[in-house]
Amino acid sequence: MRNAFFQDLKNIALTHKDVYLLTANLGFKLFDDFRAACPEYFIDVGVAEANMIGIASGLSQMGKNVYCYSIIPFLVMRAYEQIRVDVAYHNLNVKLIGVGGGFTYGLEGFTHYGIEDLSLMRSMPNMNVVVPADIKEAKQLAGISYDFPYPLYIRLGRSGEPPVHSEMPKFRIGKGMILSEGKDIAIFAVGNMVYQSQQIIKSLGKRGISVTLINMHTIKPLDVKLIRECASAHKYIFTVEEHTVNGGLGSAVAETLAEYSFKGKFQRIGIPEKLKQVIGTPDFLRKQYGLTSNKILDKIIKKIEKD
Amino acid sequence: MNEATALTKDLNLLCQHAKALRREILKMLTESGSGHTGGSLSAADILAALYFYKMRHRPNDPLWRERDRFVLSKGHAAPLLYAALALAGYIDRGLLKTLRSIDSPLQGHPSSKMLRGIEVSTGSLGHGLSVGAGMAFALKKDRKKSKVYVLLSDGELNEGSTWEAVMFASQHKLGDLIAIVDYNKMQAMGSTFDTIDLDPLPDKWLSFGWNVKEVNGHDFNELFKAFGSISSNSNKPTVIIAHTIKGKGVSFMENKLLWHYRPPDENEYRTALRELSK
Repeated sequence: MRNAFFQDLKNIALTHKDVYLLTANLGFKLFDDFRAACPEYFIDVGVAEANMIGIASGLSQMGKNVYCYSIIPFLVMRAYEQIRVDVAYHNLNVKLIGVGGGFTYGLEGFTHYGIEDLSLMRSMPNMNVVVPADIKEAKQLAGISYDFPYPLYIRLGRSGEPPVHSEMPKFRIGKGMILSEGKDIAIFAVGNMVYQSQQIIKSLGKRGISVTLINMHTIKPLDVKLIRECASAHKYIFTVEEHTVNGGLGSAVAETLAEYSFKGKFQRIGIPEKLKQVIGTPDFLRKQYGLTSNKILDKIIKKIEKD
Repeated sequence: MNEATALTKDLNLLCQHAKALRREILKMLTESGSGHTGGSLSAADILAALYFYKMRHRPNDPLWRERDRFVLSKGHAAPLLYAALALAGYIDRGLLKTLRSIDSPLQGHPSSKMLRGIEVSTGSLGHGLSVGAGMAFALKKDRKKSKVYVLLSDGELNEGSTWEAVMFASQHKLGDLIAIVDYNKMQAMGSTFDTIDLDPLPDKWLSFGWNVKEVNGHDFNELFKAFGSISSNSNKPTVIIAHTIKGKGVSFMENKLLWHYRPPDENEYRTALRELSK
C-alpha cells in the first residue's frame, strides 16, 4: 500500500515542482525511486520528528506542497504539539503520512503500534483524517491529497493488504463508501477492517441477516449524513477498526448516533483498553484482539442473539 | 513605496524607536493587566534594529514576496512585536490598548491569522527555529535573497527541538537563516545558570556548525556590526548571541525575576515612563 502511494506521489512530484517529501529517517528503500527522480525535493531530516513538522510548516508557508512520513507513533505523538500549532492551527498544506496502522509492526512491540492515532488526529482542530482500505484507494489518495490544500493525516498500512475493490473506486474525502446494501445491520469499517468485514457478509446472509457495509475511509470530516441515514434504516450498527475503541471511528459514530437519538443497538469493535503483553505478526495480534473476520462475525452474532 | 527598509544608521533615531517600543510595551501591559514584561523589554533594541534598520520589508505591502521574514519564536514577547508592528506602520497604534482584551487581535501570544505582519503564530517554545529553517530552505531552493530572522529566548534553548533545528540548518547550509538569542539570563522560574546552564553558549553553537556573533544586545553599534558581518553567500547559518538585561530600561525591573510575568500598576507605569522619557 505505501509503495503504491509513494510511486504515484513520485509521478506527481515529477510534473509539479512544488512537492516536498520529508522523512524522519525511516523508509529504507521505500523512497529510492522518489529520491532518484526528485533528489531536490526529498529531505531526510534525521531522527527528529518535531523538527520535521516545523520544517514542513515553513516550507508550506513558502507555497510548497509538503508530505511528512514516519511510523505512526513517532509522527503523530512525538510531534503532536508541532502538528497542532505549526501545521493545523495555521491550516497549512501539509500531509502527514503515518505508516503502520494498528498492529502492522506487531513484532516490534508496543512502541511501534499505531492504535491511538485516529483519536488523536480527529480531535485536532483543522486536521483531516483518512485511511485507505486497499492499494487502489491508496494510489488514488496520492493525487487526491496533492489537490487537497489543508492539513491531512493519512494512515497507511505497510504491505500485503488484500484488495477490497476489483475496480478503481470513487474515493472522495468526507464521503463514506457503501460497499453493500442491506436492511438489518450496518457495519462501518475503516482501513484493513473493511476487508475483514467484507468476508462476513455472506455468513451473515446465510443466517438471514442482510448487511450494509460502509467503508468509512474518512474519519474527519465525518460523513454524518450517511451515519444518520444508516441509523434510520437499520436496527443494529457496528463499527470495526484496528484502533483502540476509545476515540476512533467507533467513538465518532457513537457521538453522531447519540446526538441523533438512535434507538437501535450499537457496538464498537476494536482494540480494548487493556492490552495483552504479547508480540506477534499482525494476523496473530488480530486474532488475539478479536479483529479477524471470524471473531468479528462472532461478536456481531452474539450481540444480535442477546436480544 | 513606503519601504520600512530605512537603512538609517542614525543611532539617535533608533534609540528613540527603542524607547518608544518600551513605552508602548509598558502602556499595553499596564492597560491589559497581564503579560510578559521583562522579556519584552530585553529584546526591544534587537527589534528596533531589525524593523527600523536591517530587515527588508514593506508595512504597506506585508506579503511582498521579496521581504525578509521575522519569526518571534519567544512568542511571549508579543507586546514587543505588536509595538514594533504599530511603530513600523503595519497596524494602527490605537489597537495596542486592546492587548489581551476580549476579541482583540492582539492575543496573549501572536497569531498570524489575526494581524498583518505576523509571519508565524508562536507561543509554544522550541518551534520557531524549525519553522524559520523550513522557510529558509524554501527560499534557498527558490533562489530568493530574503533572509529569515528568528528571535529565540534563552529559556527555549532548553527545548530539544531547538537543537534539532540547529543541526538541520547547518546540515543544509542555510546561510540566510539568522537566529538571535535574547540572552537575558533569566527564565520563568529563575536564572538560566541555576536552571539549565547554557554556557559555554557560543561554543555550543560553534560546535553545531554555525557562525557565531556575540554582542551587547543593547548596543546598536554592536548589533549593526553583527548584522553587517553576515555574508550574503554564507553557507553557514548565523546566530547572534545578544547579551541583554531582563527588564532593560526600567531600573526597578532590570534583572528582577518578578517582572518575567508581571505587568506594572499605574504608579509603577508612571515611574517607568519618567525613566524612559529621559
